[in-house]
Amino acid sequence: MSKFKKKADAKQEIPTSALPDIIFMLLFFFMVTTVLRESSINVKQVIPEARELTKLQKKSLVKHLYIGEPKKTEIWGKEPKIQANDAFIDTKDIILWVSREKAKMKEHEREQITIDLKVDEEAKRGLISDVELQLRKANARKLLYTTRQRVEI
Amino acid sequence: MPKRARQTPEINSSSMADIAFLLLIFFLVTTTIANDKGLFLLLPPDPDQLEDLDIKIPERNLFKIQINSADRLLVENEPLTDTDELKGMIREFVLNNGRDPESSDNPQKAIVSLKTDRGTTQKKFIEVLDQIKGAYHDIYAGRAGVSNKKWRELAADHTDPEDDRLYEMGRGVLPDGKPEIPMNISIAEPTKIGG
Repeated sequence: MSKFKKKADAKQEIPTSALPDIIFMLLFFFMVTTVLRESSINVKQVIPEARELTKLQKKSLVKHLYIGEPKKTEIWGKEPKIQANDAFIDTKDIILWVSREKAKMKEHEREQITIDLKVDEEAKRGLISDVELQLRKANARKLLYTTRQRVEI
Repeated sequence: MPKRARQTPEINSSSMADIAFLLLIFFLVTTTIANDKGLFLLLPPDPDQLEDLDIKIPERNLFKIQINSADRLLVENEPLTDTDELKGMIREFVLNNGRDPESSDNPQKAIVSLKTDRGTTQKKFIEVLDQIKGAYHDIYAGRAGVSNKKWRELAADHTDPEDDRLYEMGRGVLPDGKPEIPMNISIAEPTKIGG
C-alpha cells in the first residue's frame, strides 16, 4: 500500500526552466542568419526561375540594382525603371552610382565589385542590355542575375 | 529583522520566455533571408577601350541562339520550341572535337552566342542562359566525377585543396594555364526589330 501511495505523489509538472534558453537559441539563429532589409523596393519583382544557380561568397562585394515596373504606376508610369538604393536612376547615372558604391568599399576590394541585377521577369532585354553597357563602361563587369531555384516536379 | 534576512532574493523569471518570444517575432517579421543566388556572368570590357579587332570566327565554332521579341527561339537558324532540348545540343557542340565538320573544332574554340531582341523578356533570356550554364556545368561535373549541384558549390568556393583539385579536374588545365573547356558565352547587343 505504501508503495502505491508513493507513486501517486510523483510530480506531474514538466520543468519549463529551460524554455527561455530554447527560445533564445531560436532568436540567435534568426538574428545571425538574416539581414535587415536596407531599402524598400519600389518596383515589381517577380524573379525568374532557373536550375543552375551559383551562390556568391562575399556579401560585402555585392551591390544591388532592382529593375521592373514601378509599383506606383500612377506616379511613375508603366515603363520598367531602375532602382538603386532608395531612388530611381537613369541608365546614364549608373556609372556615377557604381563609382559611389566603390568609394564606400574597402580599397583592396573595389575591383571585385559584383552587381546583382534583380530583374522582374516581365522586363525587356533592351533596358537590361543598356544597363550592362553602362556597367562595362564603369568597369564593374561581374554580374549576377538573381533567380529563384526552380523546383522540379 | 531576522525574518527579512532569511528571504532569498529571487527574480521571477517566468516571463523571460515571453520576452524572448517577443524579440523572436520581431526579428522574424523585420528580416528577410538574404538571397544572393543566381546566374553569374562576366561582362566583356568597356567597348570604347577595345581596339577594333575584326576577328573572324569560323561558322562551325559558333553555336548561334537567337530569341525574337515574341520570345521565339532560333537555334542554328532553325526554330526550336522546347527550350530544354538546348542543353543536349550545346553539350554535343562543345564536345564535338572536330568529328562533325559542321560543329566545333575543339572546346577552346567553341563559342555559344546568345542574341536577343530589345523586346525579349528577361524570363526567356534567363531560361536560355540557364540551359547554356547547365550544359557546361554538366560537362564539368561529369569530368570531375561529382554531381551538378556539388560542382556549382565547388565553382563558388574552391579554397579547400581537395575542392580545388576537383575544380581543376573538371575544367582541365592546358600547358599554358588556360582551362581546357572554357565557358565561352557571348551575349550580343540586342537587335531593335521588335518593340
